[in-house]
Amino acid sequence: MTNGYQIVVCGGLVPDPLQTLEPVSTPNGPALKNEMMLPVALDPWAGHALYEAAHLAKQIPGSKVWLVSLGAKPKLQQLMMSVAQKAAFEFVPVEGNAGGFMSAYDCAAALTAAIKGIAGLDMTRLLLFGGWESASRGAGSTLQLIGESLGIMDQFMGVDEIKPQADGSFTVLERVEGARHQESLCQGAPAVLGWATGSLPEPMNNPQVGMMNMRSIMPALQRAPKANVALDGIEYASVELPKQQRDTRIVKDLSVEQIAQEIVDWIKQ
Amino acid sequence: MEKILLLGFADAGQAADKQLLEAAAAVSKLAADLNTAWDIALVGKEIQTAANSLANSGAAHFYGVEGDDFETARYASDLLAAEALVKKSEATLVIVPGTSRANRVVSALSARVNGRADTHLTGITVRDGKITVSRWYYRQRMEGAFARPQRPWILALEPGSVAPAALSAGTAAVEKITVELPENARRTKVLGMKTPAGTAQTIRPDAKLLFVAGAGWTKKQADGQSHAADAESIILQFLDKSQASLGSTKSLVDMSGEGNAVLSFMTHLNQVGQTGSTPRHPKGLATCCHGEEPHVVGWRFIKERRAVNVDANCGWARGKADVLYVADAFAVMAKVNELLCK
Repeated sequence: MTNGYQIVVCGGLVPDPLQTLEPVSTPNGPALKNEMMLPVALDPWAGHALYEAAHLAKQIPGSKVWLVSLGAKPKLQQLMMSVAQKAAFEFVPVEGNAGGFMSAYDCAAALTAAIKGIAGLDMTRLLLFGGWESASRGAGSTLQLIGESLGIMDQFMGVDEIKPQADGSFTVLERVEGARHQESLCQGAPAVLGWATGSLPEPMNNPQVGMMNMRSIMPALQRAPKANVALDGIEYASVELPKQQRDTRIVKDLSVEQIAQEIVDWIKQ
Repeated sequence: MEKILLLGFADAGQAADKQLLEAAAAVSKLAADLNTAWDIALVGKEIQTAANSLANSGAAHFYGVEGDDFETARYASDLLAAEALVKKSEATLVIVPGTSRANRVVSALSARVNGRADTHLTGITVRDGKITVSRWYYRQRMEGAFARPQRPWILALEPGSVAPAALSAGTAAVEKITVELPENARRTKVLGMKTPAGTAQTIRPDAKLLFVAGAGWTKKQADGQSHAADAESIILQFLDKSQASLGSTKSLVDMSGEGNAVLSFMTHLNQVGQTGSTPRHPKGLATCCHGEEPHVVGWRFIKERRAVNVDANCGWARGKADVLYVADAFAVMAKVNELLCK
C-alpha cells in the first residue's frame, strides 16, 4: 500500500441512548417527541467505524479520514463538540432529516452526493466505513446503497477486524450466525466495511486533535448542502411503544437457598 | 396481481435450513391471503437437495443459480446471482430469510432491480388488501407497521419471527439460470469461518435460557476484594449445567477488551443491548446487571425475564423483569449450581 487509504466514514447522529423515546405523528411522517430537544450522540456502531478508521489511517502512511454526517445543523454542531476530540478527520456535513423513520434510500442518495463532492477523492484508494446498522432505523441499508451507487463490488457487514497486507490486500472478519466470524481476503480498495464493535475501545479525548478538527468543522457546517430526506413513499400505518410493562415481583425476603430453588424450578419448567 | 418469490441461499447437500423454512411458511401464508402463486429461487454450490426439501411447499416454480462461484457468502457473487433470479422471475414481492448472507446484499439488490428493500421484518400481513410489514426502530424501542408502493419490494424476514414450515421432501424441477461472474466480482475470496476464542461454548443461539452477566461480577464484594476467578468458575459451571447462552452488558465486555483481569471468556460477541445483539430465547436471567435501558433494549424478544441484583431499585424493578431477586448473585448462583448438579 504505497499511497495510503482514503477512508470515508458515514456516521449519523442518534438520540442519546439514555433518553426516553416516544413516537409522535407529524405532517412529515412519524418522528420522536421533542426530537430537536433530545441530546444526540454519534451512532454507536458508526463511532466504532470512526475509531477503527483513525487507527487504520495511523498505521498506513498517506491515509486520510473524512466523516460524512447527515442531520440538522445545530445537532451536527452539538455532535462535533463530543466527537471532534476523539479522532482526526475532515468533516463533511449534510443538512437533512436524520430521523429513523425516514427513507434509507433518500439518506443514501444525499450521502452519496456528498461523498462524490469530496475534492480529490480517489476511488481506487477508497474504503467506505460506517456502522453495519444504525441505532435509529437499524436497517443496514444505507451504507450498502452508497457502495452500490459508487460501483463498489466488495462489501462486508458486521466487521470486527481489518488487517491490511503489504501488497494492498486485506483480510476482514465479519460477524455471521452462531457467534462466528467469516474471514475473507479482498484484493484491496475500493471496499465497503460496515462495522460492528471492532476491537478498539473509545479513544480518550485529545484537545489538540479537537482544536485541529474544529478549524475545518465550523466552515464545513456553514456551507453544508441541504438534502431532501423524506419518506420515499412509505405509508406508516402505526408506530407505537411496546405495551409490555411488566408487573415486577420484587423478592426481598427469601433465603439464598429458597431463591436458588425457585430459579432452578423456573429453568426446568 | 402480486407475483411472489422466495429467495434463499442453500448449502451444498443440505436441506433447506430453519430460516428458509420460516420464510417458506411466511410466503405460503402471504400467497394464500393474496390468492396468488409463488416461486422459489435458490443460490448455492449445489441447490437440488434444498429444492427437493421444499418440493411440497406449494411453490409453483423453482429457479436456481449454482456452481463453485456461489458456494460462499461473498457480496459480489451473491448480488449478481440474486439480481439474475429476481429479474428472471419478474417477481413484485421478494421474501428472503434475513440471514447475514442475505442482509449483506438485499439493499444493493433492490437498487439493481429499481425497487426497494426492507430488513429485520418481524411480520408480513395483508390489511384491507394492502401488504403491511412491521419492524422495530431505535433498537427495539418502538414498533412500526407500514406499506410501500414501489415494486419489486424485497422483504428480509427476521429469523425466529414465524414458525418454520413442516415439509416432506420430494423432487423439484429447477430451472437453472447461468450467471457469468466478471473479474471484479472475484476480488474477494472467503477463507473460512473462525470462532473467537472463548465464545464457542458460551453463545448458544438455540438455548432456552439467556444468562446475562453484568459488570457487578467483577466489582469489589462485601470483603472489599473482587473475585473475578470465582465469578468465572460459577458462571462457566452454570452454563455447563444449564446449557444457557451467555450474554453480557457493554460495560463488562469493554472491561475485558481493555485488558483488565476480568472474565476471560467474554467478548463483544456476547454483548446484548444497544450496541450488541437482540437474541431470541424463551427465558432470560440477568445477574449483577442494573437493567438500564441501553442494555434492556436487547431483551425485547426474551419472553420470561428474571434478575438477581442487590439493588431493589435497579432498572429491572421498574417493569423490565417479571421477578427481581434482591440478593447476592455469587451466593445465589453457587447454590443454583449445587442444585443443578444433584
